[in-house]
Amino acid sequence: MSTLNLDAQALYAEMLAAVRALWRPGMQVLGIWSGGAWLAERLHADLGLPGKPGVITSALHRDDFSARGFGHGKDATKIPFEVDGAHILLIDDVLFTGRTIRAVLNELFDFGRPASVTLAVLVDRGGRELPIQPALAAAKVVLPAAQRLSLARLDDGQFTFSVKDND
Amino acid sequence: MLQRRNPQLNRHGELIHLLSIEGLPRDVLAHILDTAGTFLSVNDRDVKKVPLLRGKSVFNLFFENSTRTRTTFEIAAKRLSADVLNLDIARSSTAKGESLLDTIANLSAMHADMFVVRHAESGAPYLIAQHVAPHVHVVNAGDGRHAHPTQGLLDMYTIRHYKRDFTQLSVAIVGDIVHSRVARSDIHALTTLGVPDIRAVGPKTLVPGDLRQMGVRVCHDLDEGIRDADVIIMLRLQNERMSGAMLPSAGEFSMKYGLRPEKLGLAKPDAIVMHPGPINRGVEIDSSVADGAHSVILPQVTFGIAVRMAVMSIIAGNEA
Amino acid sequence: MKILIKNGRVIDPASGRDEAADVSIAGGRILAIGRVGPEFTPERTVDASGCIVAPGLVDLAARLREPGHEHEGMLESELNAAAAGGVTSLVCPPDTDPTLDEPGLVEMLKFRARKLSLCRLFPLGALTRGLAGEVLTEMAELTDAGCVGFSQAEVAVKDTQVLMRALQYASTFGYAVWLRPQDGWLGKGVAASGAVATRMGLSGVPVAAETIALLTIIELVRATGARVHLCRLSSAAGVALVRQAKAQGLPITADVSINSLHLTDVDIGFFNPAMRLTPPLRQGADREALRQALADGTLDALVSDHTPVAADAKTLPFGEAEPGGTGLELLLSLALKWGADSGLALGPTLAKVTSEPVRVLGDALGSLASSAGRLVEGGVADVCVFDPAQTWAVAPEALRSQGRHTPFDFESTGMALPGRVRATLVAGLPAFEAR
Repeated sequence: MSTLNLDAQALYAEMLAAVRALWRPGMQVLGIWSGGAWLAERLHADLGLPGKPGVITSALHRDDFSARGFGHGKDATKIPFEVDGAHILLIDDVLFTGRTIRAVLNELFDFGRPASVTLAVLVDRGGRELPIQPALAAAKVVLPAAQRLSLARLDDGQFTFSVKDND
Repeated sequence: MLQRRNPQLNRHGELIHLLSIEGLPRDVLAHILDTAGTFLSVNDRDVKKVPLLRGKSVFNLFFENSTRTRTTFEIAAKRLSADVLNLDIARSSTAKGESLLDTIANLSAMHADMFVVRHAESGAPYLIAQHVAPHVHVVNAGDGRHAHPTQGLLDMYTIRHYKRDFTQLSVAIVGDIVHSRVARSDIHALTTLGVPDIRAVGPKTLVPGDLRQMGVRVCHDLDEGIRDADVIIMLRLQNERMSGAMLPSAGEFSMKYGLRPEKLGLAKPDAIVMHPGPINRGVEIDSSVADGAHSVILPQVTFGIAVRMAVMSIIAGNEA
Repeated sequence: MKILIKNGRVIDPASGRDEAADVSIAGGRILAIGRVGPEFTPERTVDASGCIVAPGLVDLAARLREPGHEHEGMLESELNAAAAGGVTSLVCPPDTDPTLDEPGLVEMLKFRARKLSLCRLFPLGALTRGLAGEVLTEMAELTDAGCVGFSQAEVAVKDTQVLMRALQYASTFGYAVWLRPQDGWLGKGVAASGAVATRMGLSGVPVAAETIALLTIIELVRATGARVHLCRLSSAAGVALVRQAKAQGLPITADVSINSLHLTDVDIGFFNPAMRLTPPLRQGADREALRQALADGTLDALVSDHTPVAADAKTLPFGEAEPGGTGLELLLSLALKWGADSGLALGPTLAKVTSEPVRVLGDALGSLASSAGRLVEGGVADVCVFDPAQTWAVAPEALRSQGRHTPFDFESTGMALPGRVRATLVAGLPAFEAR
């Protein structure tokens, strides 16, 4: 159904290069479940960092809970580092309205007070409804609002994009 | 007669009230347990609150006293950022003769979003759920002898936490089962989750043969009942529930059915001992067992808050 | 008034008559069945085409809630309900407020009912004062005032000495004693003991509550020779005992209610208070035994057990709800349904609500005994004209009774009931006509 020709692997390579450029020692990598978490895992390894990156979910702070209810997903927040005073690199696959980032920030602040949060995304599709900006985006695209763009990870670990119609 | 849809589920099979474990499909139970896991981790954070029920009013309607259960529901609701109101029924207008439904109607007029109800009559929460507005949810905190679904769920969470696989377990429930809503909820949950061997243990006056139809093995001998059990659930001997002569004395009950350390040896070496609380030390359970290595009574309480948070947030998110 | 019932199919269970025939009525009596000539000039004609012309129904158990309990059922609304249900005679139990233990109360009740001319009323007097099970009532005086028997309604007499004396006294004069076989101690639960009550956490009434009471009553009948009518059998074991007692020639009759005949404990569903009934609904095997026993005569009559309950007293948690359901307007339909399910012809089916109840009442009916519950030339013109093919959905708001709670309402059952009353005549006057 997609007329998009985004090469996720290629975009990742660009993202990695840009992340290397703004990287400061001591930064902590935190990926937003699920696409951001996969990216964070690969970045964390490619940057040669010890341990594992953190994973964070927006589930408990979403602003559409009354309409959508509690999802059946297996997402959970797991932050293996101290949030107080941390410089955090927040990773997500697709940035759209900005509401997920807002919810994730609320979730993050339940754990402590970070020194800074820098947002890096693979794709920025515009359509922002909140004042939220990424520090870097490997690609900018425009899609009809009724379509959902997200990252998928194949069995061999390769990234690919999936475009679905909203239900 | 017409088969009616379970009033706990909406048209799409989603949970809108929690009234009883009976009639809930296995995946609904599993969803609640999985969600409880998430909330358990929330309770470990510095900020133990999430905004899921912010702006919602949860009314605790306890027609039967219980500070313990009411407190855990209150904590759970507050951690979801709900506004909680405790209705002291004994001093309220219900005592002056206001009917149950009038009480509910009056509270609904004050924009209650959720009622947590404990009542002495089996079935009371069903009556309430039938008469509240579509956006209002009802949680049964215990009705007569019929059900205590959140207790059943937290008991299942506890078992899952320590034992993982339900389908290989032997579970013994010991005590005053005929009067126990906890026992009924546990039995329904265990059978739904696929536990193959459930034993109901106690004297004939407290463990009637009819229980077999719920899918349990009836044992009147404690040794036989807990032999090789993986899980032992001890029930409190409820003096106030017994009308007339069902047991000669707590002492005799303790002699025949009390869980003492030497009895525990009959169960599996890694058996866990559970109890919904409050415990009658020295009656149904020895102090050394209640405080011993097999006991998971205190973790049950912690799990109870997470399970109640899960139940409330799941039903609040589903529409009638 | 001269009335002609035209084009109907006349069924009289007592005589076995079942034929197309016109019926002429005058002066409160049936003039002729079938041989109505043109010289008969009626003032009113009832068109009974497509309908059955049957004797008016005789309901052996209907509560009218008067005296007392006025907010639950005014005499007028309940007797209107009776007429709408084709019931022309009914027996009411003595558990009114005050209880029917004074002749003056009985006279007043009969007087008021007579004035309404909607249905004949045959009250049962209290067996003991205030139904307290201690002191006997003045049975002779009460019989003179119009009582057709003596009863304890739902209240068990726990003192067997008192019960025995009551039966002895009653049997002195040939009075019938109507007793509900339910042990006072074992009968305290709110649902029938069994898998359903256990699962639902409802206190149970074991079958032993009925059988123990039956055995006690049967032994006392054997000892005293008293004539006893057993009210509202509910179990297979109970039915077996009745069958045995009758086989031994004891002067016993028995009835069953529309509720026990059609419903079981499973119908309680999600604690539906409309199913809070006494006797409690038992299991499928019991229902089967009751249905069979009504067919083979072990149980003599089918009754409505009409019990109006106010909404305040019903919309409560199951165990707190007042037991009882409305029944006068449902008796005919539920009799027809049972008859059809059992493969019985209309005659034997209708017998259970017409001639058989009259046989149970026997001499107590006095001069009416020869023609009540029957269609016989020269007999009283108590007639029910109904359309057996028409079905209807029970809607509580449409009921004439002030008791709106019934387990048979269409919303709960999804089932329409067979048979609709077209007209009811009592003493040759119209008591009800359908629009």
